Amino acid sequence: MLAGIAEKVRSGGRIDRAEAHWLLTEGDLLAVGRLADGIRRRLHPDNLVTFVVDRNVNYTNVCESRCRFCAFYRDQDAADAYLLEAEEIYRKIEELVAVGGTQLLMQGGLHPALGIEWFERLFREIKRRFPQVQNHSLSPAEITQIARVSGLAVPETVRRLHKAGLDSIPGGGAEILVDRVRQEISPKKIGWEGWAVVMREAARLGMPTTATMMFGSTETPADIVEHLFRVRELQADGGSFTAFIPWTYQPGNTELGGKTATGAEYLKVLALSRIVIDNIPNLQASWVTQGAKMAQVALFFGANDLGGTMLEENVVAAAGCTFRMTKEEMVELIRGAGFRAAQRSTLYRIVGEF
Amino acid sequence: MTLSSIAEKVHAGARITDDEALFLFESNDLLAIGELAALVNRRKNGDRVFFNVNRHINHTNICVNRCAFCAFSRTADQPGAYTYDLREIEARAREALAQGATEIHIVGGLHPDLPFAFYREMLRTVKGVSPELHVKAFTAVEIDYLARIAGLSIPDTLRELKGAGLGSLPGGGAEIFNERVRSQLCPEKISGERWLAIMEEVHRAGLKSNATMLYGHLEVFGDRVDHMRRLRELQDRTGGFQVFIPLAFQPEHTPLKLEKKGTSGVDDLKTLAISRIYLDNFANIKAYWVMLGEKIAQVSLAFGVNDLDGTVVEEKIGHDAGASSPQAMSREEIVAMIRKAGRMPVERDTLYNELRTF
Repeated sequence: MLAGIAEKVRSGGRIDRAEAHWLLTEGDLLAVGRLADGIRRRLHPDNLVTFVVDRNVNYTNVCESRCRFCAFYRDQDAADAYLLEAEEIYRKIEELVAVGGTQLLMQGGLHPALGIEWFERLFREIKRRFPQVQNHSLSPAEITQIARVSGLAVPETVRRLHKAGLDSIPGGGAEILVDRVRQEISPKKIGWEGWAVVMREAARLGMPTTATMMFGSTETPADIVEHLFRVRELQADGGSFTAFIPWTYQPGNTELGGKTATGAEYLKVLALSRIVIDNIPNLQASWVTQGAKMAQVALFFGANDLGGTMLEENVVAAAGCTFRMTKEEMVELIRGAGFRAAQRSTLYRIVGEF
Repeated sequence: MTLSSIAEKVHAGARITDDEALFLFESNDLLAIGELAALVNRRKNGDRVFFNVNRHINHTNICVNRCAFCAFSRTADQPGAYTYDLREIEARAREALAQGATEIHIVGGLHPDLPFAFYREMLRTVKGVSPELHVKAFTAVEIDYLARIAGLSIPDTLRELKGAGLGSLPGGGAEIFNERVRSQLCPEKISGERWLAIMEEVHRAGLKSNATMLYGHLEVFGDRVDHMRRLRELQDRTGGFQVFIPLAFQPEHTPLKLEKKGTSGVDDLKTLAISRIYLDNFANIKAYWVMLGEKIAQVSLAFGVNDLDGTVVEEKIGHDAGASSPQAMSREEIVAMIRKAGRMPVERDTLYNELRTF
């Protein structure tokens, strides 16, 4: 089986679901890594590993979705529920700009009362004050919530947010794009097609997007394979994904509990992502969930990017996972693996080499 | 010299040279190095991955040496200094036995006042809990110190300790043999030559031992190769080493101030893999998860490693230096970790006899 798959991959062909399933469940880790590394070096022959200097701003932790895998959300009447003031958000963006950051990643809970005007006002003001910062914010679930709260259709909501200053949309909340799994871990969140509707609309408007996957909760290997193929198919069908970002479920402080995926499982899923999703240029290693050591090793299993330096991160940290990285550590990590390090923009333009 | 000329040698089952080992350390082709190490390991061990159920007892942290890489040692009057008495040691051994341990691993500081009789009694105490418990105790550094306290030769010291129940020796205290690095790291500790000479006596006394290498501090790649060469040469003479264990330096809280925050994941995997390729006369390569972290330790099973150490309980030395791994892993957790790497978990005893396959 491996020889046939390897032949296909090396000649630039695409593997099917059955072959992907075999690689995931039976394939030797190094053999799968080798195939992924070949694709990564074909797509990125310049021996470069990139990262973006960014900041997460979690504008609220109030969320109606109450996903069982999440340790961040609060009910509106909880003692530690919060909604950031606009001024507080601007102050955080100022700090980002001061350290040479280029990307704002604003994400929050599905708030029951925040309508589109709140976001439009905020995004317009952010654009006015910080025109140099890429507003890479919200997720399909939040956009769907804003549409619902405001009594708007989803396409109209995406269009208005874009017009107000939303530049691109990160692919959070994808979890596993299989509704049976979503029913188990996030029953109140939009289904996989709801996620796809937002991303298709964004692509139609020319907005760049990314796609994520959270694995290691209750899904089966077949669910992971289905997720990867759905992302590949969305991209083939006019998608605007610049990167795919798989990361692992963090069980700390969550209702779902259980264990996180092991290191070998992470690397194999990462490598399989590179092999299946050969039509999205970039694959990010998740140092936030894996730590610096594993993120470095991931550069040999298909990843060509380390995501953001994340001046601030709250959601994964709430689940008890608190790795930190400075820009200098990232450069050192990349060089230590024999690659050239570069800071990039959200859209993968090189900002500076180290 | 090229990677493929080295690969050819490894495929043919030939021994690689020091220069070739150095070439591998300087290469960035992590996957190719891993593939060679996996090949060597598969020939020796197939799909099997060993672990054992053990308990560490660090009987004292009071130590006359002040090694720059150590966050564990104290002087007798420093806060946090401790020494277990025989009752405390017995209680820990009983607890370990009840948890299914087959091995007690005892290492500690070089205590200024404890008499030689204490060490004999400590061994007898553990064996008194159960003669089935294997006591793996005292690094070569401690053996040298105990011989001085006892006023005995090394062979006589070993005979005394063996008579009291010593089953085998751990591989600690090797650090890096190179004299220049050693004089900065641990100037008061015995030399590399002395460590090797004591291990030769240990093997001649019919005792098996392990061998370690502390890397990721002041040494260069050439020092690592030199370290492994001396081990390979001694192993050719005695065959007494059971396993090689590279130890990733943990810099937090140690007096040694380095710019880097510890070893990188790629360095850890390369070091394990190259040791598997180079040390062709060692049966086993162990990833010590306490210092590497569970994720890298598990991934290393694809990079030539076939041993994951034990379900260590109450590890102090690595944790005092900032190791972020849990204090203990249960048998079930280690078995799951090995299975999820697609390999077959085998519980072993200290001497690498297979006890149970999972």
